[in-house]
Amino acid sequence: MPPIAILLAASALWTVAWIGNAPFFDWVVHRAFGLTEGGRLGDAVHFFLYDTVKIALLLTAVIFAVGVLRSFVSVERTRAVLGGRRRGIGNVLAALLGVATPFCSCSAVPVFLGFVAAGVPLGVTLSFLIASPLVDVVTITLLLGLFGWQVAVIYVVAGLTLAIVGGFVLGRMNLERWVEPFVFETRVGSGGDAEHRPSWGDRFRIGWDEVVDVLRRIWPYLLVGIGLGAAIHGWIPDAFFARWAGPDQALAVPIAVLMGVPLYANVAGVIPMIEALHAKGLAIGTLLAFMMAVVALSLPEMILLRRVLRPRLIGLFVLVVASGILLLGIGLNLTLGGAT
Amino acid sequence: MIIKILGPGCANCKRLETNVRQALDRSSLEATVVKVEDYGDMLAFGVQSTPALVVDERVRIAGRVPSVGQIQELLDAP
Repeated sequence: MPPIAILLAASALWTVAWIGNAPFFDWVVHRAFGLTEGGRLGDAVHFFLYDTVKIALLLTAVIFAVGVLRSFVSVERTRAVLGGRRRGIGNVLAALLGVATPFCSCSAVPVFLGFVAAGVPLGVTLSFLIASPLVDVVTITLLLGLFGWQVAVIYVVAGLTLAIVGGFVLGRMNLERWVEPFVFETRVGSGGDAEHRPSWGDRFRIGWDEVVDVLRRIWPYLLVGIGLGAAIHGWIPDAFFARWAGPDQALAVPIAVLMGVPLYANVAGVIPMIEALHAKGLAIGTLLAFMMAVVALSLPEMILLRRVLRPRLIGLFVLVVASGILLLGIGLNLTLGGAT
Repeated sequence: MIIKILGPGCANCKRLETNVRQALDRSSLEATVVKVEDYGDMLAFGVQSTPALVVDERVRIAGRVPSVGQIQELLDAP
């Protein structure tokens, strides 16, 4: 069967599942099992089943599409685009490419090495490294599915701003002396084109491999997160958190950031819980700041980066990014309040 | 045939190595599998996105873990 036919058949199946999701679980939970609509248990079970399927479907579609698009981009090509760029425009490009370029967190060091060795300015490289884990496909898709497109857009804009400004500020500090000297002596080979030009069939396969890979990695976190979220929805009273972590509580954001920085958790588990906490009155700016701190700064990545950066530079990196997140969180709370 | 697996030793690199060994088991090819964990050596190949697969000094795959079948195809068609 030609790849395009498989794609069309899969899209049709996906659409049926997407449309049928709500009616199907209405029937299963409320009719077949007789759990009343509006009752605690019934609503929690319905929330869990419906949301899990909805999120899985959304993730499948988005990761596949992005995987196919990303087969046109590579770290090596990104490096060529960024080489010799000046600060400012370079930071903007780096942040955008950080979103588009596929690379796993364990590649952080070779990416850093290659960029700096090829003449990409330090601050521009850091913009790339901040944007990549922060504005990530799974994160955006989960925000889209659980919070709606407004919050997803706010998050993307906030994340890009943080990456651009953070990299720019760090670049202005002239921190090259705190980069391990061997970095500048590393020679980057050409290696040639890794693969022949992939066909559309190959690209679809790359997209699908990506879907399987990501879902296999995150499903336990996702289930636990949605399960806890369902429990919070069902059993914690409305506006429970509004009193001490609502939008007008000044200390909430700093505490959220301080908690989030050392914490290294999977976004797939964090976002469903954040959604439930938001429904119970926790301010959106506080929650997004917490989430950004969790994903942007992680201890394992810092330990990896220690191979190429002196501790003082890593410390400054954490400080600048954490301060940026703090400002963003406070700013979002001030502008949005409890409205979103 | 010398097959090099480029990667710092993360989960994906280990998966690539497992897949390569399985592909070799299924075929009649004789090959030595070498792991390259030094970042400087990886960059000498121009590789930045790990894991990467290098067959006889040529980069064949970078930045993803191919399936056993894909590796077999790749080894059979140099």
